[in-house]
Amino acid sequence: MTSLFSKFDGTASALGALVQAGGRNPFAVVIEKPISSTVGVIEGRETLLFGTNNYLGLSQSERAIKAAQDAVGKYGVGTTGSRIANGTQSLHRQLEQRIAAYFGRRDAMVFSTGYQANLGMISTLVGKDDYLILDADSHASIYDGSRLSPAQVIRFRHNDAEDLHKRLKRLDGTPGAKLIVVEGIYSMTGNVAPIAEMAAVKRETGAYLLVDEAHSFGVMGEKGLGVAEEAGVEADVDFVVGTFSKSLGTVGGYCVSDHPELEMVRLNCRPYMFTASLPPEVIAATMAALEDMQEHPELRTHLMANAAHLHAGFHRIGLNASRQVSPVIAVTLESLEQAIPMWNRLLDLGVYVNLSLPPATPDHRPLLRCSVMATHTPAQIDQAIEIFRQAGLEAGAIAEPAAL
Amino acid sequence: MSETVESVSALIIQKLLANPKVPRDIDGNCKIMEDLAFDSLAVMNFVMEVEDTLDVSVPLDKLADIRTINDLATCIVDLKNKG
Repeated sequence: MTSLFSKFDGTASALGALVQAGGRNPFAVVIEKPISSTVGVIEGRETLLFGTNNYLGLSQSERAIKAAQDAVGKYGVGTTGSRIANGTQSLHRQLEQRIAAYFGRRDAMVFSTGYQANLGMISTLVGKDDYLILDADSHASIYDGSRLSPAQVIRFRHNDAEDLHKRLKRLDGTPGAKLIVVEGIYSMTGNVAPIAEMAAVKRETGAYLLVDEAHSFGVMGEKGLGVAEEAGVEADVDFVVGTFSKSLGTVGGYCVSDHPELEMVRLNCRPYMFTASLPPEVIAATMAALEDMQEHPELRTHLMANAAHLHAGFHRIGLNASRQVSPVIAVTLESLEQAIPMWNRLLDLGVYVNLSLPPATPDHRPLLRCSVMATHTPAQIDQAIEIFRQAGLEAGAIAEPAAL
Repeated sequence: MSETVESVSALIIQKLLANPKVPRDIDGNCKIMEDLAFDSLAVMNFVMEVEDTLDVSVPLDKLADIRTINDLATCIVDLKNKG
């Protein structure tokens, strides 16, 4: 009889090889205790955190912690229901109104995770005769949304507005609405979308535009609204999707829009309707973190200064790091034989980053993915660069000793 | 434009052979993922190249039904005839 689990044989042997090569399971790292937003205890040692997406350090916000504690006392620990049944409390609507107001949009929908926000919006907005036009390097939540939708799905080359234009032109004369989906900052590589060019294509072709600002919210633009704000094309964006689990340090997802039909999306969106809503303490903490972010624009300037610091350091020591400066900085390695020992050595020496392996990476090459925080100190960044230099030399990722 | 399944299949094979990792003895009946050891991402990226050469877009939902080189060729010819 066929084993139900034989399909995992490939994963099992790949994982076995990873553990054999490096001594650890890179997907089973446990952060035993956070000491601060930038330091956690891993394997009993204080470790610098450079892979948590906690861009503004707000997971440890005192105001958010206090708000969560108060909300638990007042409302209890959970809603035990879906948003369209018993799972909407006054806090949920308050958060939606605040997020919408912060974006200057008509309304917002709050989802239980960022993944579900993409899954829900993408699968619900497009119908059978419609077209979804996706960036080829889209996040899994976007691809999964496309699989849940009955629409026809077309990929265009990553960050290539000309290719997007060409593929939309091919659809000239076909019935059905077209929805373009792009991300602000791509989570694996830190690449920033050329959103002004994408918006121009959208205007010319009459398509709709959804931008996932998960990694750019709190990071780019004067108010921290993301790449569309930074590029001055917010008016061209029909739907902004995002998450609370990066810059705001909690969990949950949202979509903001000026289209009044968002109200109807609520009643057609399965990943919104058929799951329990966020617990009150998370909602309260998220609103508090949003206040922190609004009141402290210097967090963003620190973040970008820190990103530039780490980015310059990586290039100075000769690592093949992202070209653009953004809080996501990926070091591309040539092979698993390089990546596995280097990632393990970094952790031995006290730096945690994400190990990203193909096929979750573009170009079939492994990445050491770093995310920078506003709360990293210059000394912590220098220490991380020095540890990368040491581990990089040992792994052969840096050709020859480079002077710091 | 008068592509046939045979001509599109030949073009796909020619493109595949440009990749040195692809076995030399492939034909239209080869299964793209199993026989050529392509993962889903590699298939999508390869189809993108074929799309550009033939000026056609193959929706991802159609890819789910495609196993062999000839399946892909048939799908592309159908799409071209429809357009």
